[in-house]
Amino acid sequence: MPETLLKVEKLKKVYESSTGSVEAIGDISFEMRRGELVCIVGPSGCGKTTLLKCIAGLLAPTSGVIELDGQPVTSPPPNMALVFQEYGRSLYPWLTVRGNVELPLKHKKLSKQERAQLVDDALLAVGLDHAGNSYPWQLSGGMQQRVAIARAVAYQPEVLIMDEPFAAVDAQTRADLEDLVRQLHRDRGMSLLFVTHDIDESVYLGERVIVLSKSPTWVQEDLPIDLAPERDQITTRALPRFTELRTHVYEQIQRAKRGEAVRPTA
Amino acid sequence: MIWGIWGTISPQKFFPGPIAIIQAFIETWIGPAFTADVVPSVVRLVVGIVVSILVGIVAGTVIGLVRWLRELLEPTLEFFRAVPPPVLVPILMLVFGPGDATRVIVIVAGAVWPVLLNTIEGVRSTDSVMTETARSYALTRVERLRYLVLPSASPRIMAGVRQSLSVALILMVISEMFNNSSGLGYRITYFQTNYLIAEMWSGILLLGLMGILLAAIFGFVERRVLRWYHGIKEVERA
Repeated sequence: MPETLLKVEKLKKVYESSTGSVEAIGDISFEMRRGELVCIVGPSGCGKTTLLKCIAGLLAPTSGVIELDGQPVTSPPPNMALVFQEYGRSLYPWLTVRGNVELPLKHKKLSKQERAQLVDDALLAVGLDHAGNSYPWQLSGGMQQRVAIARAVAYQPEVLIMDEPFAAVDAQTRADLEDLVRQLHRDRGMSLLFVTHDIDESVYLGERVIVLSKSPTWVQEDLPIDLAPERDQITTRALPRFTELRTHVYEQIQRAKRGEAVRPTA
Repeated sequence: MIWGIWGTISPQKFFPGPIAIIQAFIETWIGPAFTADVVPSVVRLVVGIVVSILVGIVAGTVIGLVRWLRELLEPTLEFFRAVPPPVLVPILMLVFGPGDATRVIVIVAGAVWPVLLNTIEGVRSTDSVMTETARSYALTRVERLRYLVLPSASPRIMAGVRQSLSVALILMVISEMFNNSSGLGYRITYFQTNYLIAEMWSGILLLGLMGILLAAIFGFVERRVLRWYHGIKEVERA
């Protein structure tokens, strides 16, 4: 198996419209190893969602190459799952929790038992084993996002991509969900690409933080997070190293916003 | 009560009392007239409604999903929807000749529009995030239709069906008023032209009852199909 799981090379995205073209992504290149948890942060409006949609094969880049497992991504790859920010619009309200988690598995060649096993296992992993027969709209926002995560987990992807998944839930729920993501990464060795605008969250979750510049976007910094793999909401966040890292990322974002960072000419 | 007392005190030729109408109702409709007039009418109505719903949903889904087809057809569809269907009855009678098929076509020609246009609108307004979810999980075309497009359009489709039912009932009566020898519309017109006033009113009563029955069946189906939809509305209100 190749060490590199995801490779983004010289990605560029220009939106063409009748009123003129907008360059959303200038030139992004980075690599992600198998089993890594990479966070992407950037100033608001820096094209994070555009980047994700390109990686997920939902949007065709203007130029550049995206490779997953050595295969170029041109349409949504079968070994990738996506968790959206808008859980309320990503889950189907006419299906139960189980139905939602099971839906992407229907065209995989699995027996009924195997499918049920995957659904049970995923619901258990996110702590929703009791709620399978409820409808998503009967659950709180945080629980709905857990359903979306369970759906992604049951799909057994090589890489899980999350687009600001906790931006719309309250702070306490958010902390719980962050720990759930860490736990899925640790226990299941899942590769995760996590996009957020929250600097603390990126440092707390990531093994690496990629800081994006403002639009047209390029990678301003690729920062390894040298915190211990066992993380805790209270002790980790109280570490001096955590504060150093988050201050560093914060400064980078401020520079990005002001457009001070100079784009390297390659 | 007031109507009954008033009708007894001052009997009027064109507005008989309730007892007279109920008597006429029993005498007219329970017996051979049931199989001669009521059954054919109901069969035409049911076939017309079923065909309208099927054609409306199938054609509406196709038109709603294919953008160029929609842009091509939408003005024409709006035109046909705007034409009051009863004016089409004589034309259709001429084209297809008198007969049961024509009567069903008349019902469909009027009742298909609400289902069709609502289905187009419902299919078109599928949520973009839900569609992206389906794409990212590589759902097949059939799965997308079955688990995303049709359920998400179902509240609109049901609203269309509701309108179609009343249109269908009206058209059933009207289609039977033109050279026909059976059916409720024919029978009521016959009573009317022969001054059988209580019988005529009893026919109108029967039509009303059929309308109520249709609405009840619709309500029953709608509650099942749109259980999730009403559930969300309830949660939002709370």
